[in-house]
Amino acid sequence: MRAAWIIARKELQSYFDSLIAYIMLILFLGFSGFFTWLFGSDVFMVGQASLQSFFGVAYWTLFFFTPALTMRLLAEEKKTGTIELLLTKAVTDREVVIGKFLAAFLLVMVALFFTLPYVITLSMIGDIDAGEILCGYAGLALMSGAYISLGLYASSITNNQIVAFLLALTIGLFFHVIFEVLAGNFTGITAQLFSTLSLSNHFQSISRGVVDTRDVIYFGSLIFLGLFFSELSLTKRNLN
Amino acid sequence: MEIQIENLSKKYGHQRAVDSISFEVKPGEVLGFLGPNGAGKSTTMKMITGYLSMGEGDVRIDGKSIRDHGDELKRHIGYLPENNPLYHDMPVIDYLAFCGALQGMRKQAVKSRLREMVSVCGLNTEKHKKIGELSKGYRQRVGLAQAMIHDPEILVLDEPTTGLDPNQIVEIRNLIRELGKAKTVVLSTHILPEVEATCDRILIINKGKIVANGTADTLRKQATGQEIVRLRIEDGLAEEIIGALRRMPSVDTVEVVDKELNRLEVQSRTGKSSKREIFQLCVQRSWILSELIPLETRLEDIFRDLTTK
Repeated sequence: MRAAWIIARKELQSYFDSLIAYIMLILFLGFSGFFTWLFGSDVFMVGQASLQSFFGVAYWTLFFFTPALTMRLLAEEKKTGTIELLLTKAVTDREVVIGKFLAAFLLVMVALFFTLPYVITLSMIGDIDAGEILCGYAGLALMSGAYISLGLYASSITNNQIVAFLLALTIGLFFHVIFEVLAGNFTGITAQLFSTLSLSNHFQSISRGVVDTRDVIYFGSLIFLGLFFSELSLTKRNLN
Repeated sequence: MEIQIENLSKKYGHQRAVDSISFEVKPGEVLGFLGPNGAGKSTTMKMITGYLSMGEGDVRIDGKSIRDHGDELKRHIGYLPENNPLYHDMPVIDYLAFCGALQGMRKQAVKSRLREMVSVCGLNTEKHKKIGELSKGYRQRVGLAQAMIHDPEILVLDEPTTGLDPNQIVEIRNLIRELGKAKTVVLSTHILPEVEATCDRILIINKGKIVANGTADTLRKQATGQEIVRLRIEDGLAEEIIGALRRMPSVDTVEVVDKELNRLEVQSRTGKSSKREIFQLCVQRSWILSELIPLETRLEDIFRDLTTK
């Protein structure tokens, strides 16, 4: 796993070198700050020492940002041929996939870290529910992990970054919205199934401050499946 | 480390890109892989380096199969892929350090080795630039440097001199020669003088099969079954000279190269030499033999002969 960490560090470095990281941080903090403190149902409007409005905004901004982070991870390497160079080093396909995942995940963690002043500010103007806020952050982290993993898979099956971006967004849309809508349109076992698949249900249940093992397992398996299929499609270069 | 390749095959769909080839490369040997485009050179190299899985057969390095010990063996291989793909947004130094680290080198070792590679590959003035800003020749040097950063015992170089100017080609060839003294080197090319200049042994591959294997000299000997000499005979009539030559028992064919100057190419029968008889013939008829040049079969001819069948 040493190699995975080396790859993660290099990718993280290239996020910052190519300005992607700065643009993402500025947009994310701008949007979430604007809607948490200044506009719409912001903290002052709600009048409670709660970050629910922030979690609501971040839920959407991260949904759009993660595909932008993951789209180039493998697609670009495949296009330029550097993947051949990478995989002939003393690394396994799995280490490459995990390294790339870690890089995007760490960048999202950095973005979330910069929202810490929100929590500090809030704690000074009112009594905060530490458990709820912690769970909200955990929910965002798990959700980003799931979308990064799916985005990585999208990036692994094409060598065009735009296709990878749109594909990741489409897959994400199902988990983000469509499954929930479908769940409302059906009844019985089908509705149950769609509601279990819906990411928003699991996110809401965590960000309400209740950590249910089912939710953790849900996110864990999404991350695992995304990584598993990414590795599979890297290995598939052999199956001609 | 020794590379042994046994009955290696690879199919792309129904097409056999590599068709049951076997050969060995020993330490201290530079093997030149020669063949027309699409002959299976790159595919074979990709299988040796573990990028592509093997179809049938096996690649062994020091007796260990790539199939079972691939991840462990990759550490001992330095690879320069075709077209030399590189991360264009990375500075040269960072890129080489990244490659060294990925090959499992310690930080200190990477540092000292980095300095060495930069000077060996002549990258000193360019080392802080981004790879995308470099000229093609310098990129090629970066490609070579990343292949050698971890001091591998095996070097697999897919067309290492493409895009270099003549001076750089000479430098890189010398470097490969130097490395080849202690290491096992496999390089592919379709520049024929390059093979003669750098390789100890030549392997010609066509349509996935090995069609020739040996040193440049042995290949020549195999190909030149018949002696060819170029003559220029003065003071005689062309028809008379040609007729007399054709009647000689050791001569197979006579070809006219330049009628006005009486320049001819004479091919002897297999295993015979006609030089002495030609001389004596000229003495008898008092013709002046002003040129007699034995022609060597060029590698180009051997190559064309073997790969167009």
